[in-house]
Amino acid sequence: MSDKLIQIQINGKEYEVPEGSTILEACRKAGWHVPTLCHHDDLTIAGICRICVVEVEGWRTLQAACATPVAPNMKIHTYSDKVRLARRNILELMLADHYGECYSCLRNQKCELQKLAYEYGIDEYYFGHKTERKWKVDESSYSVVRDKDKCIQCNRCIRTCEGIQTVGIFDKVFKGHDCTVDTFWNHPMRETICINCGQCINRCPTAALKEKNETDLVWEAIADPTKTVVIQTAPAPRSAIGEEFGLPPGVCVTKKLNTALRAIGFDKVLDTNFTADLTIMEEGTELLMRLKKALTGEDCIKNATLPMITSCSPGWVKFCEHFFPEQLDHLSTCKSPQQMFGALIKTYVAEKMNVEPKNIVSVALMPCTAKKFECNRPEMHDSGFKDVDFGLTTREMGQMIRETGIKILDLPESDFDNPIGHGSGAGMIFGATGGVMEAALRTAYELVTGRPVPFKDLDIVPVRGMDGVREAEVKLENVKPEWSFLEGVTAKFAVAHGTGNARVLLDQIKEGKSPYHFIEIMACPGGCLGGGGMPIPTNLEVRKARAKAIYAEDHAMDIRKSHENKLVMELYKDFLGEPLGHKSHKLLHTHYTPRGKKAVDPKGSV
Amino acid sequence: MSTPSILTNLTKGEAYKKAMAMGADAVIKELQASELRGRGGAGFPTGLKWKFTREAAGDKKFVVCNADEGELGTFKDRKLLLEHAHKMFEGMAIAAYVLGAKDAYLYLRWEYHFMKADIEKAMAEMHALCPEVHFHLNFGGGAYVCGEESALIESIEGKRGEPRNKPPYPVTSGLFECPTIINNVETFCCIPHILLEGAAGFASVGTPKSKGPKLFSISGDVKKPGVYEFPMGISLRRVLAAVEAEDTQFVLVGGSGGRIACAEKCLDRNLSFEDLPPGGSIIVLGKKRNLISALRSVMDFFVEESCGQCVPCREGCYRMLHFVEKMEKGEKVSRKELDRFLELGTTMQTSSKCGLGQSASNVFVSMLDYFEKEMVKIQN
Ligand SMILES: Cc1cc2nc3c(=O)[nH]c(=O)nc-3n(C[C@H](O)[C@H](O)[C@H](O)COP(=O)(O)O)c2cc1C
Ligand code: SF4
Ligand code: SF4
Ligand code: SF4
Ligand code: SF4
Ligand code: FES
Repeated sequence: MSDKLIQIQINGKEYEVPEGSTILEACRKAGWHVPTLCHHDDLTIAGICRICVVEVEGWRTLQAACATPVAPNMKIHTYSDKVRLARRNILELMLADHYGECYSCLRNQKCELQKLAYEYGIDEYYFGHKTERKWKVDESSYSVVRDKDKCIQCNRCIRTCEGIQTVGIFDKVFKGHDCTVDTFWNHPMRETICINCGQCINRCPTAALKEKNETDLVWEAIADPTKTVVIQTAPAPRSAIGEEFGLPPGVCVTKKLNTALRAIGFDKVLDTNFTADLTIMEEGTELLMRLKKALTGEDCIKNATLPMITSCSPGWVKFCEHFFPEQLDHLSTCKSPQQMFGALIKTYVAEKMNVEPKNIVSVALMPCTAKKFECNRPEMHDSGFKDVDFGLTTREMGQMIRETGIKILDLPESDFDNPIGHGSGAGMIFGATGGVMEAALRTAYELVTGRPVPFKDLDIVPVRGMDGVREAEVKLENVKPEWSFLEGVTAKFAVAHGTGNARVLLDQIKEGKSPYHFIEIMACPGGCLGGGGMPIPTNLEVRKARAKAIYAEDHAMDIRKSHENKLVMELYKDFLGEPLGHKSHKLLHTHYTPRGKKAVDPKGSV
Repeated sequence: MSTPSILTNLTKGEAYKKAMAMGADAVIKELQASELRGRGGAGFPTGLKWKFTREAAGDKKFVVCNADEGELGTFKDRKLLLEHAHKMFEGMAIAAYVLGAKDAYLYLRWEYHFMKADIEKAMAEMHALCPEVHFHLNFGGGAYVCGEESALIESIEGKRGEPRNKPPYPVTSGLFECPTIINNVETFCCIPHILLEGAAGFASVGTPKSKGPKLFSISGDVKKPGVYEFPMGISLRRVLAAVEAEDTQFVLVGGSGGRIACAEKCLDRNLSFEDLPPGGSIIVLGKKRNLISALRSVMDFFVEESCGQCVPCREGCYRMLHFVEKMEKGEKVSRKELDRFLELGTTMQTSSKCGLGQSASNVFVSMLDYFEKEMVKIQN
């Protein structure tokens, strides 16, 4: 879009709009609503549902507003008779081929197709209606459920998976009326190289894609008197679950949520930020050891591959396993905060609570659908049990709360439970892209120099924001004697979110041209706050609002550096020993599976 | 001045030489003077298309020849490919010269695989005469929609043959997003004739807005089916007489997406861009033909051949086919229902993404226009 303005007319009124904008953009700017379905602000233009058609004077056919650029003196009509007839017909055609059963549908009242049917007052199926399923619901994946009978072929999932994530699970197959959106050879999702990020779910206008719903299993556990049900909550869901109850994006309801979770019947409510802090201790130490070995040759750690890359985003990890199997040594061996927590709940916390680990059901409230897959990885049994039993998404938790009738927004606030119930602001910002990097720097810099990071209010602004790839560097000077090998080193960092952006950094590594020491990668655009399990809709505005809320919470915290979390230090003293120590190694670290383009690896792990 | 024809013999390479001598701008001027309009269906003025593409910004430009000939009842390009392929390649080479393009692609329909050896020979011959131009041969996969220029371009690029959003048009963003001239086989074959024989001669036949000779593929209930060359603007009556049509009920002009002309009312209409669009396909149906089953075959074709991208076409064709099947079975149809499907026909025309969907309801709408009484019993 250029800065040049051109004159156009919409519904008889004059407007000046930037040259190169689409009719849709121009109409939105001028305050005229044009319905859309295949269009999504995050995605490339498709122009295929045709619901957005408008009339342009002098043109033979109606034009798709989302796909047509404005031209000087264009006279646009957004709701003429011709337009309304076309839109009604298009909707009726969609409904004719749609297995509509709204009251038993997960997207009831949050469905874009349903909303349009309401907008156009559809009260009859002009062209018929699909009342019988044609396809089986694909529930094979731990994370993503596909219900093809609800698919309206808007291609949003294709453009998400291919365009944003560069994974490419879906494509169109066949032509004519046989055309569908499918996986390769219609393989079940579990047998594809899907990374479980759930980004396609967030952008699907209907219930054709949804998370694997595990709320019933959690309700069952809560009802079972022999079980102690422990839940940990991650920062991103806390910044967004309010949206499920009508709040605008960007309002954290952390402490009300604590109260609601207890009311639902969870026995303990813990804070994932705690293990985020623990991750920083482990990962920060790991980074320093890798640097030490690389710079001094001292054999202080087995794997000294640089740059080191974060490993807390399970979608990213699986992406790396599939697309960059030779680069897996770059991944930190640290488990994600969710899984560190899981391993501690069934060991340390169990001991403290005096409950047998086998009687603990460990639930994680996460922004993420990949967390469901992660907790089912066969290696995630280091406590001797399945470390995390269920990963629930923000949306599923919204559903659980709705079902109870609990008015979460009116509840009093309450704190997390102990013994590991307190996290720092550094842990909090794990929820936003760049957050892990920022948290790690706050700790590592101070560890090495004895001084806080040289940024105002500890806010490391260069790693924040929503650009796809961001970088920063810090010169290390006047370091403490034990880190003398780092004196004068300019440490270089990069951050990427969305696996399409990650690919850029990984290609660089592959070519041996990566200038960085440490890289943070999150599979989802915006980081966890844009996770595949977060409230729908998503777009840049929503993600920015959530990020703002998360950074505000960080500022409000009493401690904002992971190494100042006293409970973490106690845990080391009491139980773990030291970062990268023997027990840490067993409980908090993991290994990866080079998968390549194979969906199922030979060892049977999926 | 003799009647212009594009089926007469020309010396290979002469037109290309002449084009180089004239210079690119003069070539375009000559094409504009000939008033040649695209022979692939839409009838866009060829000189203007070349001018736009020449003027479009971009270092790299391409030439593409559309030989997908998938329209129901068309086989006129087949004749040109078999007997005059060198003229087509020469036309492409001249287009490449005008653009300063190095590469020219021939997109040949899958079913014409049998010509491969001859085409490659003609291609090599022409390359020898105009070594600056590299010719490439691409085969379609058999989808009708790949004849639509932007779907064809996607197909050459190795993607699913789905029409693109327009604008941008190929003249500014075509093959590999570079400015591209894409023309029909017959259009390219006209070029050497115009350059060697003069624009005035070419434009000496036709109607005010449709000039020159035109090939027609004529089939159906006629004694002498085949490819005919007539001047633009010829009346339907004369065409039917030439092919010895028998007991004509109606004529489908322009293939599956064309319109029907009923014998009772339309014999004096003429084939031109002003009247009955001279796409190339003329199918004559005699009085013994069942109207509804003819319509059903057309709808069957579209249900199969829609690329499936957009809703009005993918779903619209399908629902329309079901409605036609209902008519075929003689089931009860109410006025309201029929009107809704006629409305749907309009929506498909106004709102589909490409020319396929925009024309898919034409036959339905125009047949019911002429023959409603014969085709449906309205029971309210
Ligand atoms: C569905 C569809 C099929 C088409 N098939 C052909 C074809 O087989 N051959 C052709 O030359 N043009 C075909 N066209 C027209 C092309 O899109 C394009 O207008 C033409 O190739 C331009 O060349 P011209 O200007 O020389 O006619 C088709 C258009 C549509 C919408
Ligand atoms: S996807 Fe939407 S329209 Fe379809 S059944 Fe569900 S709520 Fe209704
Ligand atoms: S979950 Fe992610 S990787 Fe899997 S299909 Fe959806 S977008 Fe693609
Ligand atoms: S699965 Fe959803 S996003 Fe994908 S094409 Fe179908 S409706 Fe659109
Ligand atoms: S009109 Fe038909 S062929 Fe054209 S893009 Fe739409 S679905 Fe595809
Ligand atoms: S929203 Fe414009 S065509 Fe779908």
